[in-house]
Amino acid sequence: MAVNDYESVMSRKNEIMKKAVGIDYERFAQGKVGFDYERMMSEVGYKLDEIIKIQKETAVGQTPFIELKNISELARKLAPEGKGARIFLKDEAANPSGSYKARRASVSVYHAKKEGYPGVVAATSGNYGAAVASQAVMRNLESIIVQEVFDSRGVGQPEILEKGRKCEAYGSEVLQLSVGPELFYTFLRVLEDTGYFNASLYTPFGIAGVEPLGYEIVQELQERENRNPDAVIITHAGGGNLTGTARGLLKAGADDTKIVAASVDLSGLHMASDHDFNRKSFTTGHTGFGVPFATWPDRADVPRNAARALRYMDDYVTVKQGEVFYITEALAQIEGMERGPAGNTSLAAAFDLAQEMDEDQIIVVQETEYTGAGKHPMAQLNFAKENGIDVRNGNPDEEEAGKSVIIPEHPSQIKAREVDLEKLKSSYLRKVIEETNVKEINDIDLQFLADEIKKTKAETREILEKEFNLSVVGG
Amino acid sequence: MGEVIEAGSWVQIYQVILPAGERAPQVPEDTKKVPLELKVKGFLKEDAELGDTVKIKTVTNRILEGELIKVNPPYEHKYGKMIPELLQVGPQIREILREEEV
Repeated sequence: MAVNDYESVMSRKNEIMKKAVGIDYERFAQGKVGFDYERMMSEVGYKLDEIIKIQKETAVGQTPFIELKNISELARKLAPEGKGARIFLKDEAANPSGSYKARRASVSVYHAKKEGYPGVVAATSGNYGAAVASQAVMRNLESIIVQEVFDSRGVGQPEILEKGRKCEAYGSEVLQLSVGPELFYTFLRVLEDTGYFNASLYTPFGIAGVEPLGYEIVQELQERENRNPDAVIITHAGGGNLTGTARGLLKAGADDTKIVAASVDLSGLHMASDHDFNRKSFTTGHTGFGVPFATWPDRADVPRNAARALRYMDDYVTVKQGEVFYITEALAQIEGMERGPAGNTSLAAAFDLAQEMDEDQIIVVQETEYTGAGKHPMAQLNFAKENGIDVRNGNPDEEEAGKSVIIPEHPSQIKAREVDLEKLKSSYLRKVIEETNVKEINDIDLQFLADEIKKTKAETREILEKEFNLSVVGG
Repeated sequence: MGEVIEAGSWVQIYQVILPAGERAPQVPEDTKKVPLELKVKGFLKEDAELGDTVKIKTVTNRILEGELIKVNPPYEHKYGKMIPELLQVGPQIREILREEEV
């Protein structure tokens, strides 16, 4: 009989995971600090044309691509003469489970079926749960979703309660947990108990499943406007949305398109704090995931995370909660599209960035998500008020996560605030050095690290030598 | 004596996964002070009363045990009251769009 206390289960982690994802990550090891990312993606994952075929079988993808004419016009009215790019939107809410996450689940669930697993498990409090549940029923597999939902008062976050309801609507077993990272412990026990497939968000399957999203954007824009997007803006949390979309854009030949990440600014809130849990109005797409996952992707539930955002990110911006609620309302009020707030994070940022771009340029917002009770500005703002958050109109610059949500008084107050990407890149390198305890690295390692932070080998070498006193031998 | 809940009813059970003293070392102080709790739904195996320790069969046919806390557990998340702070957004941006170029 297996011993099931916390330490014992955690010590069996690697063994449980190997069975549950069927990937031997060891074989991609390379050098002292890294692994062969591209080889992992090509050997484990599926090719783009195969994925498109898999996704067609379950009605995933080929979502509407819409020019937001009124929002673009609004941005232009607020912008200096000649500025105000055209804003396009990929309406991912049209996927079967109501978000782009269907793309991410589709390949994992297909693979689980092919490999003969009786069911799938996912640890997620987000749209991914419903996506896995929906894809699983289409392929006649069982599904179990493990969520972090409520605080020690037993109060559930409305957005997550709604996501749990949706999972159950698709016939999924939902394990609702209180706040804490030990969710992972429960998750491991479920995997052991059931022998189901770990439909992790972070395997090559999950990431490759998003590639067609980037690919479709380029195809559609080429067809309509005979050009590639100048910028694609992507709501950033765990990094999979950004990584997959960017890879798809590159596969479609959009090498010059700028990749911009956007997160809701929740700085100051601790993600594992029981007290802070219900003082946020966004449960995903925020800096509480965005920053740690960018600077250390391998914190995920698989040994090597296939979502590696810093490899693709050209810029990273944040917006305030109140600004996202404003733009969500605007999308309904002048574009006639009511969509969930978290998915509009990148739209809020795009609205400001468009005002800095030329009016003949194109910026693409690559997702929307469904909305409903709980997952709506009204639900979230009522919940915020009930939890003592100061909700008011004012200047969003003054918003403090966990204390206030400030709805702009005027759309000109919506701002995409630049995150110092150089700092994030340095902190990624610091983490690698800490984790691996290396004193010197070789040329293969240098190439890996340079790829990881989207810099040249010379630039990376300079940072390593100057900031970390780490020497590179050979090369 | 409470009301008897019949076997086969759709119910929710509760378990403590990790008691307050046994939380993972990395969790913040406030979280350490409270247990890690679980709620899950399924069909009740045998007649019971609220508060009893019971077994359920989940939709994936797993048998789980815990304290019986709810029968026909409701979904209670909602939209709630109108948010006055958002009411100005629509009229304001339509007005800006109507304004003549200066």
